[in-house]
Formats: sequence, C-alpha cells, structure tokens
Amino acid sequence: MLGILSLITFLPLAGVAAILALRFIGKPGEKTDTVGKWIALATTLATLALSAKLVVDFDTTTAAFQFLEEVPWFAGLTYRMGVDGISVLFVLLTAFLLPLCILASWKTIQTRVLEYMVAFLVLEALVIGVFCALDLIVFYLFFEAGLVPMFLIIGIWGGKNRVYAAFKFFLYTLLGSVLMLAAILAMIGISGTSSVPELMTYHFDPAIQTWLWLAFFASFAVKMPMWPVHTWLPDAHVEAPTAGSVILAGILLKMGGYGLMRFSIPMFPQASHLFTPLVFALSVIAIIYTSLVAFRQTDIKKLIAYSSVAHMGFVTMGIFSGNVVGEQGAIFQMLSHGVIAGALFLCVGVVYDRMHTREIAFYGGLVNRMPFYAAVFMLFTMGNVGLPGTSGFVGEILTMTGAYGASTWTAALAATGVILSAVYALSLYRRVVFGEMTNPALAQIDDLNWREVVVFAPLILSTLYLGVQPDIVFNITGASVDALVGAWRAALAG
Amino acid sequence: MEQLVSIIVLGPLLGAVIAGLFGRRIGDIASQSVTTGLLLLACGLSWYVFSQWTWHHLEAFTVQLASFINVGDFQSNWAIRIDGLSAVMLVVVTTVSALVHMYSWGYMADDDSRPRFFAYLSLFTFAMLALVTAADFMQLFFGWEGVGLASYLLIGFWFKKPTANAAAIKAFVVNRIGDFGFALGIMTVFWAYGTVQFAELFPLIAASTARGWEFAGQTWHLVDLACVLLFIGAMGKSAQFFLHTWLPDAMEGPTPVSALIHAATMVTAGVYMVCLLSPMFEYAPVARNVVTLIGAVTALFAATVGLAQNDIKRVIAYSTCSQLGYMFFAAGVGAYQAAMFHLFTHAFFKALLFLGAGSVIHGMHHEQDMRRMGGLWKHLPVTYAVMTIGTLAITGFGIPGIDLGFAGFYSKDTIIEAAWAAGRDNGFALFAFIVSLLAAGLTAFYSWRLAFMTFHGTPKWGADAHHAADHHDDAHAAHDDHGHAHQPHESPWSMLVPLLLLAVGALAAGYVFVENFVGEAQAEFWRGAIVNGPHNHVLHEMHDAPGWVIWAPLVVSGLGLFGAWWVYIAREGMGARIAAKRGPLWIFLYNKWFFDELYEATFVRAARFLGDLFWKGGDQKLIDGFGPDGVSAVSLEVGKRAGRLQTGYVYHYAFVMLLGVAGLLSFALYAFSRGG
Repeated sequence: MLGILSLITFLPLAGVAAILALRFIGKPGEKTDTVGKWIALATTLATLALSAKLVVDFDTTTAAFQFLEEVPWFAGLTYRMGVDGISVLFVLLTAFLLPLCILASWKTIQTRVLEYMVAFLVLEALVIGVFCALDLIVFYLFFEAGLVPMFLIIGIWGGKNRVYAAFKFFLYTLLGSVLMLAAILAMIGISGTSSVPELMTYHFDPAIQTWLWLAFFASFAVKMPMWPVHTWLPDAHVEAPTAGSVILAGILLKMGGYGLMRFSIPMFPQASHLFTPLVFALSVIAIIYTSLVAFRQTDIKKLIAYSSVAHMGFVTMGIFSGNVVGEQGAIFQMLSHGVIAGALFLCVGVVYDRMHTREIAFYGGLVNRMPFYAAVFMLFTMGNVGLPGTSGFVGEILTMTGAYGASTWTAALAATGVILSAVYALSLYRRVVFGEMTNPALAQIDDLNWREVVVFAPLILSTLYLGVQPDIVFNITGASVDALVGAWRAALAG
Repeated sequence: MEQLVSIIVLGPLLGAVIAGLFGRRIGDIASQSVTTGLLLLACGLSWYVFSQWTWHHLEAFTVQLASFINVGDFQSNWAIRIDGLSAVMLVVVTTVSALVHMYSWGYMADDDSRPRFFAYLSLFTFAMLALVTAADFMQLFFGWEGVGLASYLLIGFWFKKPTANAAAIKAFVVNRIGDFGFALGIMTVFWAYGTVQFAELFPLIAASTARGWEFAGQTWHLVDLACVLLFIGAMGKSAQFFLHTWLPDAMEGPTPVSALIHAATMVTAGVYMVCLLSPMFEYAPVARNVVTLIGAVTALFAATVGLAQNDIKRVIAYSTCSQLGYMFFAAGVGAYQAAMFHLFTHAFFKALLFLGAGSVIHGMHHEQDMRRMGGLWKHLPVTYAVMTIGTLAITGFGIPGIDLGFAGFYSKDTIIEAAWAAGRDNGFALFAFIVSLLAAGLTAFYSWRLAFMTFHGTPKWGADAHHAADHHDDAHAAHDDHGHAHQPHESPWSMLVPLLLLAVGALAAGYVFVENFVGEAQAEFWRGAIVNGPHNHVLHEMHDAPGWVIWAPLVVSGLGLFGAWWVYIAREGMGARIAAKRGPLWIFLYNKWFFDELYEATFVRAARFLGDLFWKGGDQKLIDGFGPDGVSAVSLEVGKRAGRLQTGYVYHYAFVMLLGVAGLLSFALYAFSRGG
C-alpha cells in the first residue's frame, strides 16, 4: 500500500511535471518563469503541510517504524517506506527548508529559471526519499540520485569555479558510493533481505561487520563531511548558488549522520564499538582543525563552510557516544545546524546578491545601513557559536555531555570548539558588520527587503524556539533513540 | 509571591523585547520609559521579596516555569529559585540596574541609538536574573552566557570604534575559555551524580567525598575536580588572574555599562556561583585552596596594576578585579557569607564610583585621562561628594573599636579576619590574609590617587583638552563643537539622583546588614542557602582575632591614604615625575604585567599559525594534493575535456551524470538478481 510517505516524497515530482509542461507549452519569458516559481513554491508548501501532518500524526510512544508501505517492485525488489523518531524530523526539516530556498532564489536566479526549480523539486523528492526509505536498494537509489540535482545546481547555476567544485564534489561522493554499494550487495547476499527493519535485527558476523562498517563509513564520512574527506565542501559551498548552499548544509550533510544512525550502528554494533575511538579522533580533529582553518578564511562562505565541518564533528561524536544524551544531542545538532547553517548561508546570500562578492575584506560597517540585517546575522552568529537560548547550544552541550560519558578526553578536546567557534564567528561578524563603512561601493546598500524578511522569519523563530523548548524534538525522537541505544548495548553485551 | 518573582525576572525581558523590536517605531522616550519603568517595578518587587526574606521568614521556594532540556537523566527546567542567595542577588541586580537605567537617560542623552542601548541593558538584567534564580546548571549556564552576550553587545555598543569591537570580542572569547571549564564541570557533575538539578545534587555530595573520578587520563578526587572545573568558569566571568585581561578592555563600553555589568553584577556571578555551590566546595579542600590562591593573587595583582593606570575607568576596573579577588578568597577560606556580603556592599560603592567617574567624564566632555583633570571639586560638587563617600567605602574606612564605618569597612574587615582565622592552619589562607592587608593598603593608595588626581590639585584641563577627540567616535562628535571651550560642568539630575541613592547604600549597606549577612543572625538569614561543613567554623573563629588584626586594615589604608596625599597633593607632580622616569617596576605595572603581550605572542599567534598551516598545508597541499587534485592531475586529459565541456552545453553534464547513475543502478540490479 502506498501512503502518506510516498505522497510526500513524490508530491514534488507533480510540481516538476507541471513545470515541465509549462516549459514546453508556455512562451519562454519572464511571465512563464514567474508561473514556474509559483508552482514550485506551492508544491513545496504543500509538501511542508503534509510533512507537518506526518509529524502531528506520528506516534511518539513507540520506537517502531510507522506509516509503513511495502509494495513489490520489479526484479524481485520491494519498495519499502517508513519513518521512526530518528528520521521523521529530517523529513520535516527538508520540507521546511525547501520553500525558503525557492523564495530565496526568487530574484537572484535569472537564467534557466524553470530548470532551476525542477532541480530543487527533484532534489526535495530524492532527499525525502532517503529519509523514508526502509529498503537498502531504495535507500541507495535515493541517496545516490540525490547527487545529480545537487551536482547540476552547482555546475549550472554556480560561480566561476563551478566545474572544479562540482568535479571535486562528485569525485569524493562517488568514491564513498561505490564502496557502500559493494557493502549493500554483500549484505543482501549474506542475509537474503534488503529490508532495513529486518537487517537491524540481523546479526552479521563481527569480522564481516568490520568491512561493511568501513564501506558504509566511507560514504557517510564523505557526506557529513568528516575530516579528512571534507575539502570538497568549502569549494562546493563557495560555488553553489545561495539556495544550493542552504540545501547542502541544511540537508545533504545530514544524510551522512542519518545514515550512521540508521545503518552503521544498529546493523554493525560490534564494528561501531570497535571504531568508536577512530570516530572520536576524527571528530575532535574536525572540530579543532577546521575551526582554526575557518578563523583564517577570507571568503565569507568558505568560513561558514568550514564551521559546518566543525559542527558536524559534534554530531559524529554524539552518534558514537553510545548513550541517550549523546544520540539525542546528535539528532538535535543536525536539525539545529540545518536551520542555523542554512540561515547563515542565506545571510551571505543577502550581501552577495547586492555586491556580488564574498570577500570579507570588501565589507565592513554594514550595520550602518543594514540594521535589520545586522540583527538577523547576529542572531544566527550566536546560534553558530552555540549560545544558550539558541538551538545551537542544545546540540553542542548534549553531544559533548554524551561524549564525556564515553571518553572524557574527547569531551575535553571537543569543548575547545566552543572557544574556537567564538573566535571565528565573532571575528567574521566584526569584519563584515561592525566598524565604519569605508568601502564607497557599499554606500547605497539596502537593508533586508520584505521577501528576505519572510525567508528569515521562520528560521529565526525556529532557532529561538528550539533553543528554549528543545523538548519538542526530544519527545518525538525519544522512543527511537532509547531503542537504538538499548539495542546497541544489548548487542555488545550479548 | 510566585507571580511577583515571575514579574521580577520576566519584566526586564519584556522591556528588552519592546525596546529592541519596536524601539524605532515607538521612539526614544517610550523605549526608555518602558525599560526603566519595568526595571523600577522589578526593583521595588525585589526589595519586597528581600524584606520578606530577611524579616518575615519567607520560605525558600522554586517556581517551575517550563521544561528546558530533558533527555534521559539529563533533566533541566526553566525555574525561579528563591532563597537567601537569590534574594540578595535580586536586590543587587535590580537596584543597580534600575539606577543605571535612570542614569543613562542623562548620560546617553546625545546618543542616537538609545532604544538599542536600553534594550541591551534590560536584556542583560533579564539574563542576570535568570542566572541568579536558576535551579539547575542549565539555566545557570543560560544566564551565564546570556550576560556574556549582553556584555559583548554593550562593550561593542559604539560599533564604529575598532577598539570597542576588539574589546567586545576579547571579552566574549576569554569568557568562553572560562565556560570551557564550566561546561566540563557540568558534565562531570552529570555523569558522577546523574543530575544537573541543585536540589537533587547537593544532598549527594557528602556521601561522595571519597569518590575518585577519571578525567583526561588521570584519576582525581571527584568533588575537587568538579569544583575546579566549575571555578574555571567563575575565573572567566569574574576576571580572575589569567583570565582577567578582558575586563580592563571592557571599559570601551559606555560608562553606565561598566557600572552595571563590569562592576556591580555580572563580574560577581563567579563569586555567586562559588557561594551557591558551597555544598560542593565545602567537600573540595583542594578546589578551595585553588580558589583562595587565585583570589589572593588577583587581589594583589590587580591592585598593583591599578597604581600605574591613568584612565579613570581602568583604575576602577582593576579595583573591581582586585575586590573580586577578595570575595573569592573569602569563599575559598570558607567564609561564603563574607564573600556575599562584600559582593553586596561592593555593588553599591563600586557602581557609585563608576557612575561618579561617568559623571566626571560627562562633565569633562568625554575626557578619561586623569592627568588632564584636577581641581574638579569646585565644578562638580555633588559628584565630588559622592565619589568621596565611594572612596571611603572601598577603602573600608571605619573605626573597629566602636564598630562604625562605611559599607566596605564591615565586609572587607570580615574577610580579612576570616582569612586570618583560616590562616592559622592553612597556608593558602595565611597567604590570602597577608595579601588582604597589602592589597588594602594599595587599594587606599590608588583609590585616593584617583580622587586626588581628579578632584584636587591644580586644574590640568585647559590647554590641550582637544586630545580627548582621540577617544570618541562620530556619535559624540557633537561634543567637539562646543565641548572644550566650556568649563567642566556638573551632571543633570537624572544622573545625580542615582549617584545619591548609591551613596546611601555605600554609607549604610554595611551597618544595616552586617548582622544578617555575617553576624550572629547569619544562619537564620541564609537559611541553608549557604552550607558550612561540620569542620568549618571560620565565621566564629574570626571573632578570636587579636587587636592587631582588627586594627591593621585601618592602619594600612591610612598609610595608603597618606602616601597618595604625599605624592599627589603635598608634592604634586611627583607622580608624573615617577612615571616619566620609566623605571622597570613602573613599566611592568603600567603594562599590566605584560599579560596582553604574552597572550598575543602565544595563543593568538599560535591560532593564526595553526589555522594557516592546516588550511594551506593540510587541506590544500596534503589532502587535496593527494586527493582530488592529484587525481585530476594524473588524468590531465580528462580534465581538459571537462574544461571543454564547461564552455559547451550544460546539459551534457546532466547527461553524463545520469549515465553514471544509470550504470551504477544497472550493476546493482544485476548483482541483486543474481544474489537473490
């Protein structure tokens, strides 16, 4: 039976069909483009409404998968969909960010507008599919196909070096994908099933787990990205259009963390335990190393991209902490980072749209002409720094606390990240926003327009609300996280 | 009562939101009125709560407002905890804040972003109130970093000044170093005791004194470890030795901010935390020695630096740093009550001194260099009078025999006597006792030096006063037009009334409350909010102090007064001559023991170096060199083709990508059908 999950996943494709029809029927021109934008916006809003309904209807008392769909496909494959507490909020996050991306691109994308909207809608469908898929093959299809629209968004609507960036992005992710595919085939060969719920209770031999774990890890580590396979991210961000960066930082990176929680830990518990020190080491290196690198950047977007890598270090640390606090923190950190990093990239987009440069040195003193922008940017900078009261704090403190329970060294080293994030984030803010406005090119720069306010408002509200009432998330994720941790402990004990 | 305290805490937040979001729409006067009005209300209610607590046996209670972070055992809530400690802090915070709000009407009258200023002040007040009323570590940390945010915003309030921006970042980052320890302390508490709630935690401590705890590869005494880590947070917030460097620079902020945040309230949060955690520190002898040592060193260090500074606000900033040191070693020797008492009296006289300095700066058209002042008493008579009261209070003037004196007399002498009592069997406390006397002399010297250089002697503000233009930004350029042609002038009543009220506090706060805070009635007053362990009788034993201990503070501060009088009045010009000689000791003190230079040469440069190394060496050369760039260099031909594709039709990319994915897919399906 198909149900709400398939509806949410494939609804964006209905928008795609409508836009494609428009493209072939309508006269090329601004009017047609505008209609296309409205179709895209309406589609993403409808998807958001359905996702909200999904979360409202979600039963928070059980760890079991819900809204299950199971349909025989072809060639002996089965199409399986379902969500639990770990995945359901990522569906909502995706559906939440997409309309904002469409709005943020409203005026800034001038070329191939319809294709651009199609790319985003396809991307939305595929990413939601990733979070809903309960079959290895279906997951893999969504996971890999998601690369294509992202690759196109960077390669077609990106900046000057877009080909280099897209190439690097593709090369890295492809490497991981091939290994993961091999692992998936091996898993199916061994267990005889591709069903995720079944595989979660299937006990792979620990020796085989090690290889499977490494193969999956290669793919997820690139996606996160973890040090040292992170260098594609700054380039991809720098070249991607603003909305592309929002999706990249806000959602695509989370697919790695989600994958670790959905596959690596429940399916390869012994191997996960074995490799925990490795993951902790890489996480801590990511936090310290990329924070220091971020501090030295001269390009606003690169700086925020590097800070994303550091923040993802907290996520991996939390995921492998093996306790409820750390896992909850990791999920929360991913959701929160999706909102805050997305908002920061939008903040960069605001000034980039006006000045067409991301050089930090070009700016300075923006607060003099853009007080609202300065306030919004300040809020998200503080979120990035992890100030209590913003959602950024909750994820950081919980992942660190979780890691402390597993390894005090890891927590102590990771905690230096709270110092370093203040260094790079505040110095960025100071150089861009504070000071005298000395560059004459900025003299006429305008403050946020109403469309930008509409884009930022939901992000501001989410950052603050999640910062003050994070329990709204933990109530939904609680049962599944408890089950995840319980199963991992049981597997190690037994 | 529950609604009352909710209004106290949330009122300032409401004011901040109104002034912050709608300040431009409703205008300056409305913004100022709303924030100040709500603060006055909060202040009145706080005094009511405090009086109920002190004289009407109000029971301690906690209002649960909402849940905060609840994950597994990690349970925290938004709450308002009312007990002896928070009742004291409520009146300190709201009183100084309300007066600073009032004062700012006059002081900031020429500023063109007053709604923002008042919004920040109220935001700070809210965060500080959240801090002092927290019932668990999470809300404490929220308030802790919230006041840090407000401090950052207010230090950098004049955002066009590069020095103000640098100072703001420095304050935030140095505080974050403290918070690094604080956060690890909270985690230690959580994993050791399974809770972050004070009410659940404190009863567990006594039974855990023998527990060891593994942290960062070493085994430690659990309670000591937790307390030391938490104390690192206190060191950052309260600008103690090693983490003090941000406080003098924070004087870049408007003077009312210095009075409220960097003298009376925020910087005392560390002291408050140690007292709040007295149930833990009482079982952490090593941690308490650390607290005593750091506090004593800070008290002495800051007092020495204060001797050689010429900026009126910086002198007071170092004085604050030094007085905070007193509070810390008081807590360290076990006299938490004395620490809180000094915190309480200090809030009045230090806010008074800062706001008085602000009045001088205002009257001198934004001149802050004391070498360009002198003889101001005639021109600013009210300021002069209240500043003298403040100086008498901070130097702890009073007659021990009849037990009558200014506010600082009661609190500081209590601390000195407590240090003496504890010092009989603890070397750290003995050191603190010796320091406390030395620093009392130095305090008197630099405080009177400030008073004499500013208000007495020959006026030095005639000829070259336009130097002051260096100090301020465009927002104050208006002053330059009319400023220097005029005489110094007394401040408006909006500024003088808060000064007079604070002067009342500096006069009477000690005399009125000494019995409650540290006297016979102290146990009744604190009602369990401060815990003294079974072996801690320091508050009793200090009454054994012999005469020389009791009279010594008066003698050393008399010597300090005499010294300052000799150098700056009797032999006027001697101070300038000493400075002109550039002796090594003077250079050492003038440059604040070279801490900024040391940190710049080590941490700051190391961060830059490592950042560049990791970026250009690690990412670009190593990772990319062997990774993607290496791959592309090897297959240069492919790269060239890709380059050609770029100029071609973009759909080619899509096509190639789709082909790739399709290929992968086919392989997957093929393999699966064979395997299945």
